[in-house]
Amino acid sequence: MLDKVDVLIIGSGASGAAVAWSLADTRMRILCLEQGDWVKPSDYPSNGRDWEARLFSDFAINPNRRARPTDYPINDANSPIKVVNFNGVGGSTIMYTAHFPRMHPSDFKVRTLDGVADDWPIDYATLEPYFAENDRMMGVSGLAGDPAYPPKVPPMPPLPLGKSGARFGQAMNQLGWHWWPSDTTIATTDYEGRGRCINLGHCTPGCAQGAKASTDITYWPLAIRAGVELRTMCRVREITVDADGMASGAIYYDAEGKEQFQPAEVVILACNGVGTPRLMLNSVSAKFPNGIANSSGLVGKNLMFHPYALTYGYVEEPLDGNHGPPLCLWSQQFYETDKSRDFVRGYTFQFGRGVGAIMEAIVSANAGRLPWGEDHHAAYRKLVNRRIGLSAICEDLPEEHNRVTLDPVLKDSSGVPAPKLDYTISANSAKMMQHGIARAKEVLAAAGASNICVESPILNGGWHLLGTARMGTDPERSVVNEWGRCHDVKNLFIVDGSIWVTSGGVNPTSTIQALALYIADSIKQRLANLFD
Amino acid sequence: MQDQDLTAGQVRDLRALAGIIIPPSAVYGVPGADDERIFNDVLRSLDRDRGDIGRALAQLAGLAGGGFADLEPARRAEVASRFREAGGAPLAALVRVVLFCYYRDDRVMRSLGQEPRPPFPQGHVVEQGDWSLLDPVRARPRMYRSVD
Repeated sequence: MLDKVDVLIIGSGASGAAVAWSLADTRMRILCLEQGDWVKPSDYPSNGRDWEARLFSDFAINPNRRARPTDYPINDANSPIKVVNFNGVGGSTIMYTAHFPRMHPSDFKVRTLDGVADDWPIDYATLEPYFAENDRMMGVSGLAGDPAYPPKVPPMPPLPLGKSGARFGQAMNQLGWHWWPSDTTIATTDYEGRGRCINLGHCTPGCAQGAKASTDITYWPLAIRAGVELRTMCRVREITVDADGMASGAIYYDAEGKEQFQPAEVVILACNGVGTPRLMLNSVSAKFPNGIANSSGLVGKNLMFHPYALTYGYVEEPLDGNHGPPLCLWSQQFYETDKSRDFVRGYTFQFGRGVGAIMEAIVSANAGRLPWGEDHHAAYRKLVNRRIGLSAICEDLPEEHNRVTLDPVLKDSSGVPAPKLDYTISANSAKMMQHGIARAKEVLAAAGASNICVESPILNGGWHLLGTARMGTDPERSVVNEWGRCHDVKNLFIVDGSIWVTSGGVNPTSTIQALALYIADSIKQRLANLFD
Repeated sequence: MQDQDLTAGQVRDLRALAGIIIPPSAVYGVPGADDERIFNDVLRSLDRDRGDIGRALAQLAGLAGGGFADLEPARRAEVASRFREAGGAPLAALVRVVLFCYYRDDRVMRSLGQEPRPPFPQGHVVEQGDWSLLDPVRARPRMYRSVD
């Protein structure tokens, strides 16, 4: 048996890294187990001529396609939206596009304001200092003064507008609609040892320049320097419990595939909204026959994505294509509930700069826009670098039938049962998506685009995995309390997107990390009576 | 079919089909996808799609009643058209590999006005744009809902 640690964190991604760094100043013995490995910047696709092709192989966004030894399979056959993730140090911050909006104050009060779902047991004001701390740690670029948000001051200036951004800005002004430069975690100046963005453009599957913040280059170097141990290539099978029903540690397979038991005083789960319920449901004992900390029966339920409705078109003259970070603007024009619409809640528009030459060819071929034969060349030249598009990131409300369970057959390479998703898009979300598509067409028309195309939902659009171990004050209606501790197991915490009560309509990483920092602070403030 | 090499006949069929999908163009001064250099890249890049491509080529041979590459040009075009209309995931995989090898060829990239190089380390230049466009948005009143 390995030496006991004070705190065992499972998962090194957005939330695991933040909680590890924050807890490091307690001088407790902290260990993080990560099923993946470090990724070297020199391994990122933008180093090579095959940079776009690798989106279909070892840097595919879908883990079933990528199928690295460090990935686990996901049965997503019963979901119109497929999971996007990455397994490695930094987790899915390796494989994100660095769009970094915060949740809004209203997102935490949806029951009070709109009579749907549940209010969160915490609010924006509680998280505000953690948002700011996280912005500093991750290095956020943006512009102060956005009327869609309470005041905030990003540490770096925004990404350039470029040709696409200017065209969108003019179109939105023509319509009289809100738009603003996005908060992103792409450094626009040299920042804390990271080089400034040089517009590699291929941001999602890792940044060779290091301008995009992934937690392997933000939180982890500081956490490790402060004494946290990060053990890679360790796949956790289950959380164990002692005779008193407290978490006693974790059983995992090490880099050689050898089973190990790691004892711990406190266990923190940071495996995302699919990985965490999978691990909890795999952690069966006499005390918890339906999975650890699952007396509510809600572990795995209320899975929320943000259904993405993508609308795009083509303009006459060349734009920026992939020559720059893909996302640089957002609009919150349709974010808050408007009772004149046929749906509640709302969505963010995120504006796309363009796509690369190969991606354009592949998507257009699949859509039937690109002929075979002599006409191919002329048709392609009217498409490449001329795409302009925007996506509605729609708020998904919690529904218990949308869930993560264990697949009865499918297993990972260690023999651990894989997650199975059952998910449908709700009527409210579907109406919201239609609204977003209609408004997006107006934007594109104002921007001078034609040949309008829609992908709704984006098939491989399950970036945001939320709600499967929800937060609340009622143990019968939630899995963790208002500071992330499981109701049933008082030394087991969850810090990832699983604990979200509702999803908001924004990319979640900023709020996930602010929550992790808040939970870490809550733990530190209660160290003397943490298990009471 | 997964992880099996293509037969010599399938390689010939694949090359013939690649040349139909993207033929050379004198107008744009570019080779076709059946160009030796590009096609060798295709063969090196089958990777995770090897199984699907094998299935697609088996389907193509079925439509051709034998070797697709051996057909007369008119008949070949007719079979290719039927093959395309039939669609399916194996064909999509085949076309994807042809496209990502074609559009990373130096000659093709230059014809599109693109530099044949990886994004890193040189990067690209993106113009800042006119930030005064934001002035009307700056003038808007706050638009987030109060929760107090």
